[in-house]
Amino acid sequence: MSVKLGLLALLDEQPMYGYQLHTTFKERTGDTWPLNIGQIYTTLARLERDGLVEPAGDDGDGHAIYALTDSGRDELRRWFATPVARADRPRDELAIKLAVALTVSGVDVREVLQTQRTATLRDLQDLTRQKREVAPDDLAWLLALDSLIFQAEAEARWLDSCEERLLGSPAYRNGVAR
Amino acid sequence: MTLLELRQVTRVHGTGAAAVTALDGVTLTVAAGELVAVMGPSGSGKSTLLNLAGGLDQPTAGTVVVDGQALGELSSRRLAGLRRRSIGYVFQDLNLLPALTAAENVALPRELDGISARTAHGEAIAALERFGVADIADRFPDDLSGGQQQRVAIARAFIGPRRLLLADEPTGALDTTTGEAVLRLLREQCESGAGGVLVTHEARHAAWADRVVFLRDGRIVDESRASEATANGDPMLSGGRS
Repeated sequence: MSVKLGLLALLDEQPMYGYQLHTTFKERTGDTWPLNIGQIYTTLARLERDGLVEPAGDDGDGHAIYALTDSGRDELRRWFATPVARADRPRDELAIKLAVALTVSGVDVREVLQTQRTATLRDLQDLTRQKREVAPDDLAWLLALDSLIFQAEAEARWLDSCEERLLGSPAYRNGVAR
Repeated sequence: MTLLELRQVTRVHGTGAAAVTALDGVTLTVAAGELVAVMGPSGSGKSTLLNLAGGLDQPTAGTVVVDGQALGELSSRRLAGLRRRSIGYVFQDLNLLPALTAAENVALPRELDGISARTAHGEAIAALERFGVADIADRFPDDLSGGQQQRVAIARAFIGPRRLLLADEPTGALDTTTGEAVLRLLREQCESGAGGVLVTHEARHAAWADRVVFLRDGRIVDESRASEATANGDPMLSGGRS
């Protein structure tokens, strides 16, 4: 989905050429979403094929400009009107690792949890430091960072909850299967 | 410069078969300019650690050193003086006195220290100014919002020469942005030379610290430090965990 829709949203403001889209996209999402210029061009080609954007001449320096079509605009409105579904995560490595750790004898699950918790906290510290340096009026970047911060926090809370369950379970003693 | 040092600190409550070890051989130092967060589940020893660091409780074994002075070697009178001059506390329950104005609350520890009421008031106004709430100096706690009360409590914690801050869930019941403003303030104080210990069970709050230590069953089991800043300033977002 969203690189496509992200580009449509930018083109809704004004027609742009590929490099310009790349720069603007980076500014708006504050690098939370690394995207190379090649992805921009392939996405633009697909959008044109699907009739969502159309060529709109060049800027005089030979850069091909793209503009939104009416169906592109419709697609964009639909996107904003529709909630994002919680993405299916068919392979959540962490959840699988913990589930497996519970069944492997001799593994200190509490240790596995703590190792993960420390790593998650370090991520959170790094994100928070970046947030400290954001200019207060750079709202887009702040929102993007907050999103990552709340996700990391959710993981930390889930780890806490895993530990509580583990300690409350009669099948384990101090985190190791009896 | 080290503001706080815990050396092999142990605290046992009760004796014999009923003895409970709340803290078990904890060693921790907090330097000027540093904010250290302490995380851990209930009963892990977080509050005990904070009480010992603040001289509100005595260790069963080990040494607590604040501003170069071993607390165990001080008379109770000198200990009380050190607490007033060196250590600021911010608790979830702010302990602002309802009958005193914001400025009077902030000035109180200095007045107890014996400096003139006028000097103490001047210092209080300066502290309130530093935390952006000088305009409410003459109002009573009950007339203030939660965020304003919290700023008054922090101003009190940093009045005069106090440089060691001990905070227990200082963002308590504040909403996200107000809580964040409080953490930002604590952080800025530490960056300008104070030192702080922040006890919290919220990962998002602990993440404002330079170091996060994890307590479990009275022991420090792990520690997380923020990555060194990289040239382009984002160690995480360029790579990140997939």
